[in-house]
Formats: sequence, C-alpha cells, structure tokens
Amino acid sequence: MSEHFTEQKKTWEQQSEKVKERFPERKDPFTNLSGIPIEPLYLPENESNFDDYAEKLGFPGQYPFTRGIQPTMYRNRFWTMRQYAGFGSARETNERFRYLLDQGQTGLSVAFDLPTQIGYDSDDSMAEGEVGKVGVAIDSLEDMEILLDQIPLDKVSTSMTINAPASVLLCMYIAVAEKQGVPKEKITGTIQNDILKEYIARGTYIYPPKPSMRLITNIFEYCRDNVPKFNTISISGYHIREAGSTAVQEAAFTIADGLAYVDAALESGLEIDEFAPRLAFFFNAHNNFFEEVAKFRAARRVWADLMKNKYKAQNEKSWRLRFHTQTGGSTLTAQQPDNNIVRVALQALSAVMGGTQSLHTNSRDEALALPTEESARIALRTQQIIAHESGVADTVDPLAGSYYVEQMTDEVEKQIREYLDKIEDMGGAVQAVEEGYMQREIHQAAYEAQKRIESKEDIIVGMNEFTTDEETHADLLKVDEKLEQEQIERLGEIRANRDQQLVDERLKDLKEAAENPNENLMPHILACVKAYATVGEICHTMRDVFGEYTGA
Amino acid sequence: MNRKIRVLVAKPGLDGHDRGALVIAQTLRDRGMEVIYTGLRQSAAQIAQTAIQEDVDVIGLSSLSGAHKSLFPKVMEELRKREAEDIPVIGGGVIPEEDIQFLLDHGIQRIFTPGTPMTAVADFIEEKVQGDSV
Repeated sequence: MSEHFTEQKKTWEQQSEKVKERFPERKDPFTNLSGIPIEPLYLPENESNFDDYAEKLGFPGQYPFTRGIQPTMYRNRFWTMRQYAGFGSARETNERFRYLLDQGQTGLSVAFDLPTQIGYDSDDSMAEGEVGKVGVAIDSLEDMEILLDQIPLDKVSTSMTINAPASVLLCMYIAVAEKQGVPKEKITGTIQNDILKEYIARGTYIYPPKPSMRLITNIFEYCRDNVPKFNTISISGYHIREAGSTAVQEAAFTIADGLAYVDAALESGLEIDEFAPRLAFFFNAHNNFFEEVAKFRAARRVWADLMKNKYKAQNEKSWRLRFHTQTGGSTLTAQQPDNNIVRVALQALSAVMGGTQSLHTNSRDEALALPTEESARIALRTQQIIAHESGVADTVDPLAGSYYVEQMTDEVEKQIREYLDKIEDMGGAVQAVEEGYMQREIHQAAYEAQKRIESKEDIIVGMNEFTTDEETHADLLKVDEKLEQEQIERLGEIRANRDQQLVDERLKDLKEAAENPNENLMPHILACVKAYATVGEICHTMRDVFGEYTGA
Repeated sequence: MNRKIRVLVAKPGLDGHDRGALVIAQTLRDRGMEVIYTGLRQSAAQIAQTAIQEDVDVIGLSSLSGAHKSLFPKVMEELRKREAEDIPVIGGGVIPEEDIQFLLDHGIQRIFTPGTPMTAVADFIEEKVQGDSV
C-alpha cells in the first residue's frame, strides 16, 4: 500500500475529527431515502491507484486540494449563501440586507453604484444619472453608518465589491465597526480590491497600474497588522468571464493576476505567508456543468502547486485557493425570464460540486433590471434547495473519480498552465494587461460565441430556439428617480455640518503621504474618513498625485 | 459612390460593460463598415464632438448601468447644440421595455434589447443609411 496515501488518510481523519469538535456534522447518521449510509468521503478501492490518487487528488483539506480546501466540506457547514445586493440609498439597501438576513442569508455582499466605484461624489457632474443605479450610493461615513445600521459587524461578514477605492470603503467599514464597539481585529469580510481585472474587463479603474498596485499592497500590509480576519482581495475571474472569456481563460487570467499581486507584495517587502492566507478568489459558473466543475478543481490544484513549489510558502493556508462563486449574468436571457431560474440552479450546482466557499445565485430578471425582492428570494431559495434537498452536500467532492471529470480537470489544468507560461513570458499580468493581450483574447472569444449563437450552432433556449411571442415584463425593480437629488442634498448637509478645517488638514496629510512612495496610505485614509471627508474628495486627492488611467 | 458606412459606437456614462459594444463593432466591421469605438466613460459632449469630427453616418450608444434615460437624451441634446441632430442615433443594452418609448420620444431611432441578433443591428444601419441617401 502506498505510504503517501496511508499518511494522507490518517491526517485527513485527524483533521476531520478536529472540525467535528468545532462544528458537529449536520446529520447523524447521513443516509439517503433508501436508508443507505453516506460516507463523508469515497476513495479508490484498488490499491494500484493509490499513488496516482495521492499525487493528483489528495485528500480534501490537503495538498493539492483538488477535492476541496476543507477536510469535511459541507458535511458540517454549508457554503455561505451570500447574495449581492444594493441599490438606491443606503437606507433602502439596509432594508434589503435586513430582509435577506431574516430569510436565512448568512453573509452580506454590497453592490456600490458606479460613481462610488470610480471615486466620484453623487454631486459630481460625472455622476449624473448614475447615482444609486447599479448599487448603493456612498459618499461619506454617514452613508456607511446608515447602510450598516442594526447589522452586528462582529457576527455578519461583509463582502464589498469595490476596487479602485477599496481602501476608502474598507476604512469606512472599520470606522463604523469601531462605533458599534467592534474592534477592527474582529471584523470579517472581503474587499474585491482587484484592479487588474478592472483594466481587463470591468472598467471601474481610476489610477494607472503602478500606484494602484501600491494601494493594494498598502492594504495587505495594513490588514496583516490591524484587520487580520479580513480578506484583503478577491481575485476575480467573474468579470473576465462575463466579458466573454472561456472557462479556461477565466481561470488562467485570474491566477495570472493573483501571481502579479503576490509579486507586488513580495517586492514591497512582505513575506509570502504574511499575506497569502488572506487572498481570496471569485469565479463564475456558466451552463456547461462538467466544464465548470473541472475548472474549479483544476484552479485549486494549480494555485496550490504555485504557492507551495514556486513561491515556497510554508503555511498550508497560503496554498489554499478559497473562492466565492456567482452564477453567470451573461447567460441569462431577457426572453422567457423564468427559464433563468433553471439556468441558475444548474450553475449553482456546478459551484457546489466544485467546492465553493460561498455563492451568489442570480435572479431571473437580471437581463432586464436589478432584481425585485421576489426574484431575489427565489434565487436564495435555489441555493437552499440544493443545500437541504438535493443531498449533493452530504459527501465531499462527489464527482471525484469520474473518468470524464478527472480527465477534464487535467485538460483544463494543462491549458491554464499554457496561458500562465505565455503571460509569464510577456513579463507577467501587469505587462500583459498594459499590452491589451488578455483584453484581445477575451474579445475574440466573445465574438466567436456570439457568432455561434447567431448561426444556431449554440442553442439558447427561448432566445434563438423555442421562442414564443414576446411577453411583456411587468414588475421590474425601478430605482426612484428622486433619489439622486435627495442624495445630493444630504451630501450638501454633511459638508455644511462637518469640521471643514479638519477635513482640509486630513486631506493635505493624505496628499503628502501619497507623494512618498514608502508611506502606507491606510492610516491617512482612515483619518480622512473619520473626519467625514467624502469618497470623491479622498479619491480626487490621490488623482492629483497618481494621475488617471485612460485605457490600454 | 459606395463610400463605406461610418459608425460611432459609444459608451456614455460610467458603465464599464463593453462586451456588447465591442462585439457589435466587430460585426459591423465584418459587414464592411468603418467603426470608431470611443472607449469607456464618454460624456455626451465628447460623443457628439467625435461623431462630427469623424463624420459618421450613425451613432450607436450602449448602456448597461440603468442610466440610459438620463444619458441618451443628453447625447441628443449635444448633437442639437452642434446642429448635428440629423445623424441617426440607435441604442442598446439592459433597457426595460417600458423605457423604450421615452427614448424614442427623445429622438433615438431604435433600441435593441438583449438577445437581438447582431445581424439585425447591421441590417437596420444599412437600411437607414442607404434609405436616407435615396
């Protein structure tokens, strides 16, 4: 019998016991409806396969993590059900958050409006028409206080989709927590903070790559010492995929971006194990079920190998690729929108079979508008049905050992590595982004996909086949047009009532700190935020020093 | 005769979703048109200015951020200011049906919603431009 296998198995048993002490298994015993017991883990039966198994798959919770990053996965705890929400004012979004928590959601995820994401205040001329449209408008700390009102920040973890101004919003979150009496060492959550994919696919960049990378490493360093439980970045393939990439490109470009952040942090003097355990990832789930499962498994294996063998990380937590998944927005059709519920269910299932740590399920009406409360509830219920009714969460990595899934995982891994080599040859992800390489690859894939749809080589049910006479869509969520004006008025009141001299001093400090590349900007931004300086004021101060990015 | 049809594909506002705009641009190029793509975050004034400078036959606006009711009419206004309102403007993106009439009333010629075949957009532009020149 393979020693490696036996050793791994023993470790897995010990680790599983440890988990069980903290979180008992959800059921005792697990059986299906026929009364057949369900084991936590199924393994190859033939000893001749043990070596190969130990090397390529390993045990869950162990290198190379192909079968998942925790020893018992969902036997003890389900993934975090985390629905992305936000629209209109902080007050409205706060109400939606509290509704979702009442409905059994287990974490928050904040969507910000575009002006906030690009560092403009609601009264900036650039913000006209956009205030509160795709997310909540946050100008000053006061908005953040309203947004998080009555939400206990020592218990709820919050994910914030914020990138270029991630430092500012994280500081606001810290300040609100402190006001609630929760020290910053205790807060949990994630900031997206992934600027490279903004240049590649999502578009909410502010500064050029170099100062942007500095801000990111400043956050890593500050959080290592002060906010140790926060995920300092969510390296995102989601938007790369939405922009049209293939599944392989999604995983490859995301990992390439991840390596660029690792390199930047190392260059700034951090040690790999000081920040790598706080890196998180964010992937998409589209319709091709097995391809998606293979992608998740392959990505884990590649990352673990790179961290352990290339970057020589010692801490096992640095090897683990932890990820959030969101189902694919671009797969939703405006036609026959109820069909989208089924697409979302399939995609969500692939994420669960792929071992996701948290999941957002899209709502059926998102090809048309932001989701209504009813649609958002169905989306959450979809996850709850997978968790509680399907039984897929009762054993770890149930697709392991399938000839198809394992070979597909190997093939996806191989293709990811080919892209990684190519990007490394170009000088890394930052260089590749500046040359527009990934952008071109993605665009080409998007164009090919569109052509396949138009030629009906690819069938999209209800859209290019099985169509019906167009129904009208009543009951879409509408953001109140008055909101923009109200938000601007409130912002005016905040500006009138704060200590302006203090704000000016703090902004001046920030500017001086920005001019010194060796200074960590986080304490300066926190001081600005606490003085009720606005997102726009803080970002403009840094724009003055860093300049603006204008495209590849 | 047979000057190539010139199209400006533009992204007004702060929206960063340009997959649709890029795919449309390439489709139109494949149909033999000359396409100028503005890039992201264009103001209405910039779009009108570019359209005139580039002497385009059609302007295509793309928005997925829900700000179309504010942004599209502003482009029309900027064109009028420059006496260029004769350039036909079409739009696309995540635009609910109930907003379409509002946009048509503001002078947008046609709104293409998600799921529209690219060829339909190309056909419309060809008909529009050739129809106008007859």
